[in-house]
Amino acid sequence: MSATGMTSQRIPVAIVVAVLVLVAIVVPLTGSFVILLATRALAFSILAMSLDILLGYTGLASLGQAAYLGVGAYLTAILAARYHIGLGWDFWLVVVLGMLLGAALAAFFGLFAIRATGVYFLMITLALGQCVWGLAYRWNSLTGGDNGINLGSRPRFGIDLADEVTFFYLVLGFFAVAMLSMYVLVRSPFGRSLVGIRERELRMKILGYNTWLHKYVAFVIAGGFGGLAGVLWAHTTGIVSPDTVVLTTSVDALLMVVLGGAGTLVGGALGAAIVIALREYLSTVVPWWQYVLGAVYVLTILYLPNGVMGIPALIRQRRAALGKRDASGLASASS
Amino acid sequence: MRSTVWGGVAAILGIGCLTVGASAPAGAEELRIGYLAPTTGIFAQVGTDMINGFQMYLDETKSTFAGTPVKFIVEDTQGKPDIAVTKARKLILQDKVQMIIGGLLASEGYALAPVSTAEKTLYIAPISAADDLTQRQLDKYPYFFRTGWTSSQPSHPFGQWACAQGYKKIDAVAADYAFGYEVVGGFQKSFEDCGGKIIQKIWPPLGTKDFGPYIPTLKQDADAIFSLMVGPMALQFPKQLAAAGNKLSVIGGGTSYDEFVLPFMGDEVLGHVSALQYSAALETPRNEAFVKAYRAKYGKVPGYYSESDYTTALMIDDVMKETKGKWPGPEQFIKLMSALKIEAPRGPVSFDDMRNPIQNIYIKKVEKKKMFGYDKEELWNVVIKTYPAVSQFGQYGKAEFLKQPVYSRDFPPCKYCE
Amino acid sequence: MGAQFWLIQAFNGISYGALLFLVASGLSLIFGVMRIVNLAHGSYFLLGGYVALSVINTTGSWALALPVAALAIAVVGLLMERVFLRVLGFDPLRQVLLTVGFAFLFQQAALDIWGGNNMDINPPAALTQSVVVGGLHLPLYRVFMIAMAAAIGLALWLAMEKTRMGAAVRATVDDAQMARGIGIDTARISMLIFALGAFLAALGGVIGGAFLGVYPGLDFEILPLAFAVVIIGGMGSLTGAAIGALLVGLADNFGKALFPEVSYFTLYAPMVLILAVKPTGLFGRE
Repeated sequence: MSATGMTSQRIPVAIVVAVLVLVAIVVPLTGSFVILLATRALAFSILAMSLDILLGYTGLASLGQAAYLGVGAYLTAILAARYHIGLGWDFWLVVVLGMLLGAALAAFFGLFAIRATGVYFLMITLALGQCVWGLAYRWNSLTGGDNGINLGSRPRFGIDLADEVTFFYLVLGFFAVAMLSMYVLVRSPFGRSLVGIRERELRMKILGYNTWLHKYVAFVIAGGFGGLAGVLWAHTTGIVSPDTVVLTTSVDALLMVVLGGAGTLVGGALGAAIVIALREYLSTVVPWWQYVLGAVYVLTILYLPNGVMGIPALIRQRRAALGKRDASGLASASS
Repeated sequence: MRSTVWGGVAAILGIGCLTVGASAPAGAEELRIGYLAPTTGIFAQVGTDMINGFQMYLDETKSTFAGTPVKFIVEDTQGKPDIAVTKARKLILQDKVQMIIGGLLASEGYALAPVSTAEKTLYIAPISAADDLTQRQLDKYPYFFRTGWTSSQPSHPFGQWACAQGYKKIDAVAADYAFGYEVVGGFQKSFEDCGGKIIQKIWPPLGTKDFGPYIPTLKQDADAIFSLMVGPMALQFPKQLAAAGNKLSVIGGGTSYDEFVLPFMGDEVLGHVSALQYSAALETPRNEAFVKAYRAKYGKVPGYYSESDYTTALMIDDVMKETKGKWPGPEQFIKLMSALKIEAPRGPVSFDDMRNPIQNIYIKKVEKKKMFGYDKEELWNVVIKTYPAVSQFGQYGKAEFLKQPVYSRDFPPCKYCE
Repeated sequence: MGAQFWLIQAFNGISYGALLFLVASGLSLIFGVMRIVNLAHGSYFLLGGYVALSVINTTGSWALALPVAALAIAVVGLLMERVFLRVLGFDPLRQVLLTVGFAFLFQQAALDIWGGNNMDINPPAALTQSVVVGGLHLPLYRVFMIAMAAAIGLALWLAMEKTRMGAAVRATVDDAQMARGIGIDTARISMLIFALGAFLAALGGVIGGAFLGVYPGLDFEILPLAFAVVIIGGMGSLTGAAIGALLVGLADNFGKALFPEVSYFTLYAPMVLILAVKPTGLFGRE
């Protein structure tokens, strides 16, 4: 166990690929509503995984990641609704622009934020996220204010993304590529130094690493992926409003990472699936779903410090503890 | 290795659970109505009032419209437009409803209207008042129908009333969002066209409760203050205004004093005048029966949230009666609904050719009295003047009105702002 | 804009700051002593208002509502600390998520218990008058808020500086390990401080209830304000909370009156700047 109580779980790539293939096959067989939820979960997972890079690998807990989701989403919406850009092959251009804008915003915010750590980092990212929310709300001529912006239709370039299944596959593809890129990143020497910074920043500094720069770059990369998530997110429901960048979205993202298991990448996706299932699926079944959501927050923190991905390790620990007890019991019985 | 198997199992279980919940078979020969409102979160009470209004009519008719059983499915939007969209899709694609109703915020209205177009499903909005949905943007939404009001609809006759009172200069203070802009915009246009002047426009952010920064800046040479407040703002503004020693007359938009907030207000609002298409104090037999029944059932005086939904249910029933209980498809349904002329608790209602109601607008004043045989003196919005058959264009011709841009923070421009 | 305008705006800003001090002082103490980031602090504020409404409805006494509501929520705070937060130790991320979880639970429970109407606390009629000083109408309720904040601030300061318990608290803030070393029961101090923080927040809720209202969503609206005060003033410092509250109250008030275009930023932009320059706030310590 590390100083921060997080472990980096190693999951063979083959298993992840197998699960992805399974999802790709099974989901389209369910109803349209489930396909839509799965699409939303996959799009949001990209944001959650980007937050995991910050939290799980660099040790920076940010309460403002929704800002990057927001700029990506608003960019997509404004270009589509006002200028009719991004609805054909130029969709791919918007994707690139979204990532660049997310990264640029993170580059700007990072200048303020990266000096801080711990609680102060939480607070400053919260404040920065709220500034973006304030802009989305006030800048009526650009963002439509609280009315939001309607995208109108999904892009078509050879394939028609208005079809739910087609769009699902597209988002799944982006998800896979994003996860792969992040996986490569955290396995790289850069990624390993991030973990080093998470564990013992002082030691890294003494060893000569520019820890500020490492953290800053991680922050910018996370912002870029957040922007990508935003572009996809805008197209899932076709509406973008200040609600996209409200504080609860950032808090949900943080919960998703912790719930799934920080430092595992896959955990973010798992957490996203669970939280979206609770908010958008469970709420169609029972009226008291808010209690379930609150309880999930509380119980995860108390009993699953390493999230859902940490459950197997927990079970192994329990078994090991039991095993020791049995062994000592046998020893004393036979003596 | 084990942890990854776990991951796989979890994923399969998760997907399996979701699959189980997938499409349920649609019942034959029933009218399935999907309702979208916030039932959790900060707007939960408003959502509840909306649903209760609709539900009361269903209970009166034993959930049967013209012999056809009605299946009423309510989904929680949580006050978030994108969740409203996912729930709407669920209602349409999974529950196979013939129509979706509801939406509270303007953003929800603007989010749901495109869904209705994409899925070719009727969407009726009893509350969402965003002007343009039935004005300059109507063509985008052929399946959209509004049974409530537009934000500026009551403001047009209200401006004329203000002129008739002899007001010459008015300060406007309104919540800083689209609804506020549209209510004030309509009032300003109408008031200035009959000789009045808006000499100040202040926009406290939505959710402001401390009006300390704003009240001292109100120009004292005005004849009256026009305020547009919603929710908690509506409670605090008049109190703080009175405490600051205000001597000017106070008038306002309908939501500043409607029955959602009125029971929690005090004597500081006595004499305040507002305009809306409904007041619970409307002294007609139809309304008296409605108010008494609603209050007996839900313990509170109904406001326009409840009346609008009750009346919507009534309208749907009337159309179903014409088709002898058979669902005629969305296009025909809209045609029949547009041709309706009914007596609702709010009075006579018909529709213009842009699918928005033509209805009475009531100028109402807050008074403390006993009404409808209740034995306590309470605050009521007593109707002091009725403007009959007001459309969303008010006293203006449709073509001329549509030429101007939608009311916004800067339109109409504040020509007389000192 | 004459002198009257500036005076009344300053008065309004100070009275708003007074309310913020009540909410933020508890938060500042909780962070200073226990290093806990409590995102349920806004919920304590709101619940205080709701409990007060219930007390007023059953007994008709507003004066009684003040201590009863504050004590009730202090108990809630105590339980939360004892049963849940103590287990976590120092871990800001987990505290944030745990307390947010509770905030969601509280919000739903409040909806189920009291309904979602926008309610108002009505203070005794005497406090709703205004006093006219030099041509200025000063609402007595605002004067009351300033007086209460001053009284409580003074009481807290006296307790911290002049009592043995206060000394123990200050020792714990400065260096918990050392404090334990000399025999101070830091666990009990933590519990008491958390309860005190909840008490102050709830008291703020009752007093604020007549000024802001009592309605769902107020919890998450007041929370960033409380944090802004604590961040600007410095965590763990009562003086910081007082100065911070005054600054935030005045800045927010003047900002909205003079620069309405940027009203959504008058709070967050200064917060970002201060955090960027001096993360521990004006009076805080590392």
